[in-house]
Amino acid sequence: MNQPTTQDVTLEIFRGDDDGGEMVEYTVEVQEGMVVLDAIHAVQAQHAGDLACRWNCKAGKCGSCSGEVNGHPKLMCMDRLDNYEAGETITVRPMKTFPIVKDITCDVSWNFERNAKIQTLQPRADTDWQFTQREADRVQEFRKCIECFLCQNVCHVLRDHDRKEEFIGPRFLVRLASLEMHPVDDADRLEQVKDEFGIGYCNITKCCTEACPEGITITDNAIIPMKERLVDRYYDPVLWLWRKLTGKD
Amino acid sequence: MDKYETHEYDVVVIGAGGAGLRAAIESSAAGVKTALVCKSLLGKAHTVMAEGGVAASLASADTRDNWETHYRDTIKGGKYLNQWRMAQLHAQESPDRVRELQEWGAVFDRTREGGINQRNFGGHTYPRLAHVGDRTGLEIIRTLQDRGVHQGIDVYMECTIRTILKDPDGHVSGCLGYWRESGRFVVFHAKSIVLATGGIGRCWDITSNSWEYTADGHALALWAGAELIDSEFVQFHPTGMVWPPSVKGTLITEGVRGEGGVLKNIDGERFMFDNIPEMFQGEYAETEEEATRWVEAVVADRRPDARRPPELLTRDVVARAIRREVRAGRGSPHGGVFLDIASKRSAEAIKRKLPSMYHQFKELANVDITTDPMEVGPTCHYTMGGVRVDPESQETRVPGMFAAGEVAGGMHGANRLGGNSLSDLLVFGKRAGEFAARHAADRADLTAINETEVEERAAAMLEPFGREGGENPYTVHEDLRNMMQDKVGIVRTEEDLVSAIEAIASLRTRAAGVKVGGNIQYNPGWHLALDLDNMLDISEAVARSALMRTESRGAHTREDFPDSDEQTWGQQNLVTCQTESGVEVQVESLPEMPPELKELIKD
Ligand SMILES: Cc1cc2nc3c(=O)[nH]c(=O)nc-3n(C[C@H](O)[C@H](O)[C@H](O)COP(=O)(O)OP(=O)(O)OC[C@H]3O[C@@H](n4cnc5c(N)ncnc54)[C@H](O)[C@@H]3O)c2cc1C
Ligand code: SF4
Ligand code: SF4
Ligand code: FES
Repeated sequence: MNQPTTQDVTLEIFRGDDDGGEMVEYTVEVQEGMVVLDAIHAVQAQHAGDLACRWNCKAGKCGSCSGEVNGHPKLMCMDRLDNYEAGETITVRPMKTFPIVKDITCDVSWNFERNAKIQTLQPRADTDWQFTQREADRVQEFRKCIECFLCQNVCHVLRDHDRKEEFIGPRFLVRLASLEMHPVDDADRLEQVKDEFGIGYCNITKCCTEACPEGITITDNAIIPMKERLVDRYYDPVLWLWRKLTGKD
Repeated sequence: MDKYETHEYDVVVIGAGGAGLRAAIESSAAGVKTALVCKSLLGKAHTVMAEGGVAASLASADTRDNWETHYRDTIKGGKYLNQWRMAQLHAQESPDRVRELQEWGAVFDRTREGGINQRNFGGHTYPRLAHVGDRTGLEIIRTLQDRGVHQGIDVYMECTIRTILKDPDGHVSGCLGYWRESGRFVVFHAKSIVLATGGIGRCWDITSNSWEYTADGHALALWAGAELIDSEFVQFHPTGMVWPPSVKGTLITEGVRGEGGVLKNIDGERFMFDNIPEMFQGEYAETEEEATRWVEAVVADRRPDARRPPELLTRDVVARAIRREVRAGRGSPHGGVFLDIASKRSAEAIKRKLPSMYHQFKELANVDITTDPMEVGPTCHYTMGGVRVDPESQETRVPGMFAAGEVAGGMHGANRLGGNSLSDLLVFGKRAGEFAARHAADRADLTAINETEVEERAAAMLEPFGREGGENPYTVHEDLRNMMQDKVGIVRTEEDLVSAIEAIASLRTRAAGVKVGGNIQYNPGWHLALDLDNMLDISEAVARSALMRTESRGAHTREDFPDSDEQTWGQQNLVTCQTESGVEVQVESLPEMPPELKELIKD
């Protein structure tokens, strides 16, 4: 390999699979504005055609290119190389919370399986589908989710304690909130949120909110309101009944 | 060879974007066993990237709108070359398809009255695009995905289909592909197959398209004996990013102009006023003052008493005008022109209406679009050309094979209007699913798969591993992209097209010798080596069709034939098929539009 120049960047990329692997060093030339994903593509084209990496939109819209860059959860297509010191070696690893398929891609199928358990929108029979932008706003924030699963990756309940059976994780609490707060939805998923999806495991560390590239306020806007509703329901059944009958908060 | 895995279905849908998902939903709702196969994870298809909106004459933002006007706009935008029946069905059925999405959970932006809001877009007479900020595609794909999964469709992710298998009598019998993850082969038996694989943009260097757009479905269809139509029409979206180099081609939604953004050259001139083609004379504002009045009315949610700004002309027109400015030396520092919304809308409005554009420029280009103009230039974006289908059923000429979405051709003619793709996916995805299911239900049993064929095909796919000293597939791909950009781009000449066809022949020889390293597990180099075949054949279909059409029309511009030639070409489509001697193009007359529809497009 050539001697690195100031216009080069050196990456240490995980090569291997769930049974093990090693960090391998590659050096590629830097162009202005390049992001980590560009550097990975350059490595593929020049050094390692078989380096496995997911991507699609290259503009932060699809949530395919999640990884851990220098230990931080990132969309690699939005992470500019000039965020790092010149000459600094950049490490790229797959998300830790999921099994590794190969190199920096991991098996996120657990997320798809969990998602399938969530009941979809159940519109009220009499709805005329008219609602205001303000009502839409609340739900639209949650619907910005690009399913990058970075929040799932950083949540300690999943990452460190591997409670994948008991806890559905922030991504899907966001989805549940989007349904529960939908202006015409008529279903009640709260009991499931408590029992099957394990909202109680969340102790509001807010790591998920910090990791979210879409800036969704996962904890304050999605998780806490659902926790509050649960408290009201189980400690204040009268209030709950009132809400259920009137549809009002 | 190891024994490959097999699955049996009534209907197999290849592609999980809007078209594929909508088809699979319809097919499984009809009670037939349905599989959905895609190259990426579910929810990551191109549809997720769509920004501006979905076109449908809901008439909730402007009550004057109706399907007839949408039809007229679509045909005019397509320069009269659309298959009229597809354009009619599309205009008539898209409002229902959009409302249905809402019922399935999509939350579109609202009007003051609480209905679905709609925004202005190029070539649409009224505000017609239902949208969610600038992330409409995400909303649509997520809605369909959740709906489909709950309906019990079997989804096969990260699985690439390489060959359509047929019975001796020519009917489809299934398809062969490989798992990206393991590299192992898989066969799906099927009574009907729906192609919904999207586009071909990776044949060009500057493109808004992802790695998936390697022309797979176009090639699968061609190889299986179906025809392609309108291949010469490739849409270059006028506003891609031009700087920094790493994001060259990334899309900037037309929504920026729909929300009032204006195009300027280096001298600060709004050059679009000088670029209104004859067929649109009288329909667009002729002074800055009038254009400004229009924007002010739109911002204030009033019905405008002025004509729309010329920035909202159809994409082919705007892309050519930008190219002209740059060629004349009036471009921006990095070879584009300026798109300015900062001076037209408040920072707050920009962030609210165009959040992902704001984010994209801030993060990737260090540009704050609420204070500074963007630099933009054309980027290869969409293919109007595609698999020729029956307008009602979406069936190809191969019995049992259907196609819908971007991979299908005919709906958009010579140029697609913004927003008409998402609606196309929904309308024709549904139809393809419905008819594929019906076809499968009518057919007795699955027919046998030809195992020898499967084994031969599979062995051929593994060839790049065994080769000695071949080229790197990435190099061949890069050369193809540069060549297509150079010679089969926005403006074409006979000389360039002839030399492109020669270049494709020599690239084909090189592609046949590429070598890949590593093993069969999740190996992008190998996948690319295989995809070169698709891209080369479809590049040739584009180049040959472009050479044959000796006129300029819509997205197809010939420097040596700068005018439209109504006499020779006004009523002619080009149809491509594969014969013994290779890719062949023929001229065919457009089906005659019925008089009542002709009436609609009269000026
Ligand atoms: C950045 C951007 C913005 C856009 N904005 C708009 C807009 O605002 N409005 C609008 O109307 N249109 C817009 N478009 C166009 C529109 O998004 C696309 O034309 C449309 O989404 C295509 O949908 P599709 O269902 O045909 O294909 P896609 O959504 O691309 O899906 C193709 C599917 O096929 C699969 N596939 C491909 N090949 C194979 C194979 N060999 N084996 C198995 N699976 C395969 C892929 O994995 C994928 O799942 C935009 C396009 C881009 C790129
Ligand atoms: S706030 Fe809750 S869901 Fe989010 S990371 Fe912390 S524990 Fe996990
Ligand atoms: S909530 Fe945010 S971090 Fe979590 S998956 Fe969605 S976009 Fe990613
Ligand atoms: S590639 Fe789509 S988010 Fe990075």
